[in-house]
Amino acid sequence: MTKLNTFEQAVATYEPVLGLETHIELDTNTKMFCGCSTAFGAEPNTQVCPVCLALPGALPVANKAAVEATIKIGLALNCRIAEWTRFARKNYFYPDMPKNFQTSQYEEPLCEDGYVDVVVDGKAYRVEIERVHLEEDTGKTLHVGGTTGRIHGATESLVDYNRAGIPLVEIVTKPVPGTGALAPEVARAYTAELRDIVRSLGVSDVRMEQGSLRCDVNLSLNRPGEEWGTRTETKNVNSLRSVERAVRYEVRRQSALLDAGERIFQETRHFHETTGETSPGRSKEEATDYRYFPEPDLAVMEPSREWVEELRASLPELPRKRRERLQAAWSLGDKEMQSVVNADAVDLIEATVAAGATPSAAVKWWLGELSRRANESGEELAAMRITPAEVAELQGMVDDGRLNDKLARQVIDGVLAGEGSPSDVAAKRGLEVVSDTGALEAAVDEAIAANPAVADKIRGGTHAAAGVLIGAVMKATKGQADAGTVRQIILDKLG
Amino acid sequence: MSRIIDKTAAELAADIRDGRLTSVEVTTAFLDRIDAVDGTVKAFLHVDRDGALATAREVDEAVARGEALGPLAGVPVAVKDVVVTKGMPTTAASKILEGWIPPYDATIVERIKAAKLPILGKTNMDEFAMGSSTEYSAYFKTVNPWDTGRIPGGSGGGSAAAVAAKMAPLAIGTDTGGSIRQPGAVTGTFGAKPTYGGNSRYGLIAFSSSLDTPGPVSRNALDGALLHEVISGHDPRDSTSIDAPVPPVVEAARLGATGDLSGVKLGVVKEFKEGADAAEPGVVAAYEAGLEQLVKLGAELVEVSCPSFAYALPTYYLIAPSEASSNLARYDGVRYGLRAGDDGKRSLEEVMSLTREAGFGPEVKRRIILGTYALSAGYVDAFYGKAQKVRTLIKQDFEKAFEQVDALVSPTTPFIAFEFGARTGDPYQMYLADLYTIPTNMYGGPGVSVPVGLSEGMPVGLQVMGPVLGDDITYRVAAALESTQDVLLADTAPEISAQRFTSFDEGGK
Repeated sequence: MTKLNTFEQAVATYEPVLGLETHIELDTNTKMFCGCSTAFGAEPNTQVCPVCLALPGALPVANKAAVEATIKIGLALNCRIAEWTRFARKNYFYPDMPKNFQTSQYEEPLCEDGYVDVVVDGKAYRVEIERVHLEEDTGKTLHVGGTTGRIHGATESLVDYNRAGIPLVEIVTKPVPGTGALAPEVARAYTAELRDIVRSLGVSDVRMEQGSLRCDVNLSLNRPGEEWGTRTETKNVNSLRSVERAVRYEVRRQSALLDAGERIFQETRHFHETTGETSPGRSKEEATDYRYFPEPDLAVMEPSREWVEELRASLPELPRKRRERLQAAWSLGDKEMQSVVNADAVDLIEATVAAGATPSAAVKWWLGELSRRANESGEELAAMRITPAEVAELQGMVDDGRLNDKLARQVIDGVLAGEGSPSDVAAKRGLEVVSDTGALEAAVDEAIAANPAVADKIRGGTHAAAGVLIGAVMKATKGQADAGTVRQIILDKLG
Repeated sequence: MSRIIDKTAAELAADIRDGRLTSVEVTTAFLDRIDAVDGTVKAFLHVDRDGALATAREVDEAVARGEALGPLAGVPVAVKDVVVTKGMPTTAASKILEGWIPPYDATIVERIKAAKLPILGKTNMDEFAMGSSTEYSAYFKTVNPWDTGRIPGGSGGGSAAAVAAKMAPLAIGTDTGGSIRQPGAVTGTFGAKPTYGGNSRYGLIAFSSSLDTPGPVSRNALDGALLHEVISGHDPRDSTSIDAPVPPVVEAARLGATGDLSGVKLGVVKEFKEGADAAEPGVVAAYEAGLEQLVKLGAELVEVSCPSFAYALPTYYLIAPSEASSNLARYDGVRYGLRAGDDGKRSLEEVMSLTREAGFGPEVKRRIILGTYALSAGYVDAFYGKAQKVRTLIKQDFEKAFEQVDALVSPTTPFIAFEFGARTGDPYQMYLADLYTIPTNMYGGPGVSVPVGLSEGMPVGLQVMGPVLGDDITYRVAAALESTQDVLLADTAPEISAQRFTSFDEGGK
């Protein structure tokens, strides 16, 4: 395998063209074509019926709530809503697909031609949406008996059809050229924005880690002025960070191949979370002919304009508007707000403020200490084991003088380690500012006795020298003293 | 006629309601008849004596309590094996579903059960309803009760033969290209393909989703209409089900039985009489004699032209196999039915292939291959796409015709029941059996076949085709034709021991 280029090398020579296909599981109560529950996490094959198991004779009936949710997504993405739309069968054999065809949409999707605007590095990008269509999810196959959990080497394959038939919305962008070195960030920003829009609509919990939002990343490279290159489609990209990494990796991989004079194959690739690499899957050139045709078991849908306008009027505040409102409420500058958005911290900060923290404190924690730790561990901010309420509680303890910054960071250690709420951790670990003035005065006296020269300086009016004594007191109290209080005691004694 | 099995369903229902007969007596009579003659006819794939008698007892208890009962309560019915029946084997006459016991009932079966008709069992058919002779059943051939050397039609040969041989007063069939009407014609029974969407397809094992329609098989139009009304009506579980009132077919059959067709305009399709599409002379003779009877009753005959009908057969053989290739993809051995070659070493793909290889018969495979081809990239526009356009033209021909006439008439099928093996060697010769019935399926309207006479001693059927949701006119015309006959053709079905029935006055009275 050719050695990878660095990302910088790659984007110096080639221009990436992005394309994103996103699947979103809707959180309707029932499945797309039957009355089975869609609840996550049930015992395998308990949420099934003749329809979603494709028993002989069973017929689908479209879920109106899912159609409504899809129209809402289309409207929020600035799409045109079809006046005449229908389902189509996508035929291919796979054991997790009970009918051996997926009921999807082909030539007549529910929504077409929209866009999503994102801002990266102060620059605005418009990602155009080609289509939004409605289809059904497949079951889940579990390969057992092998070492890798994949089909190779497995002795048995078990299928859970609980997921089969859950409504799935597919959102396909048009190709996105012109992002250059920012391609990974644009891909991430688009995915985050899409997720936030769908979440604001309340039609899906859009949890990437549970698979209710899944991304396929298409990427090709071309030299400036040349035609677009052959694209690869990377599947299994299941976090915002992975979206960014998958784009970055494909840019590096493809550029190295192109440099070596090799060609890019149009193929499906898989993203590996652990290594951040992609590996080839099924080649599209030998791919199945899906033999699409209109689904004869389902009636054509003609969403009335009245209904569409009703839905348009019912749309909630969309993320862009909400961000503008929050930015004003939190008194943040554009750059600062952009950092909050890029860190995916809007919801977290809003919830932290709602739990009682000041906006500035909430921003400080999430963008500072917690972002630093998320980066270290390679986690999403929201996936960390600390809740907005806990951050607010932590800040409350600081405000009350029960914790100083150093202690607060140790409390975070404990919370992230699963030791409980900030007050639990503080109690268990004995992390409290020493507020017993008697003990502090004794420690100050000791420090003065041990540093007579410094004490004289302070007596002489050089108050800055107090730092040495404060340091000694903090050391003696293992950091559990409030620096301000200690300073006051020292100045009271020597001033 | 003194025997229970000679009575019509309407008579049996009245006898049960009025206490002259019990449902147990009636049901037992038909079960005994099955025991006596089905060894020869082989119409049933499965007989449910206990289940049928249990329902019969419920009806008798209800009668004893003086409860109000539905119009066919207690009258037994046979069900084509393509219709899913909870707890009762359902195979669509295919090896791939051998041993499968459905966990649910088709909507029409739920309605039959709610109306308290004892279900005698499941009838034989061409595998997955693909065929015109029932020779493609994976289990055994069903014989024509009129001549045991001949086919009973198909795909619903079992239902038609069961009614013709008086093993059941009523049966359920399904019609995709003629599978109710053509067996009706060649066995001297009445069969109706209702308006598409008028009867629920939920629980019908799908062959061609845009064409499949369940309907009644009976000895006369009134019995058919009574069963039609039991199973009809909107079903929210079938998206293609029409949410409209059920056409008044029972009323229409009673009106037709008065023998008055004055003011009724019947269209004779010009193209069916011409060239290669013409029926054999004996069929034409019986059919034309029938037309004369209809004119005597006051009907006006008008020649209409439906030029696109000439393309109905090839169009059908693109659309139906295309849909079938997709509908039958689910039979893969993963979840139910046959699984072949699963030795723990073979891959999933191999096991799926071996299962389908072993489980499907030759005609089913032929149609899956046809349909897969017609939908393939590069061919789909020329085949499936073009066929859909022609289908629209056929619909327009019907709509235009119904601006002029109330119903269209034709022979049901171009030839009388043929001998076993006569057409299995050449698929096209077999497909021709549905030449006159297929246009109705392409259009979606109703069509019935009613016995009109004999040719070479074998029954001939007359088809009446109506406009969408105009099922009533088809029943009215059929019942009117029956009123001209001394005895119902179906009532004169030969005893199985007597190989041939000869006393029918050919051409009617």
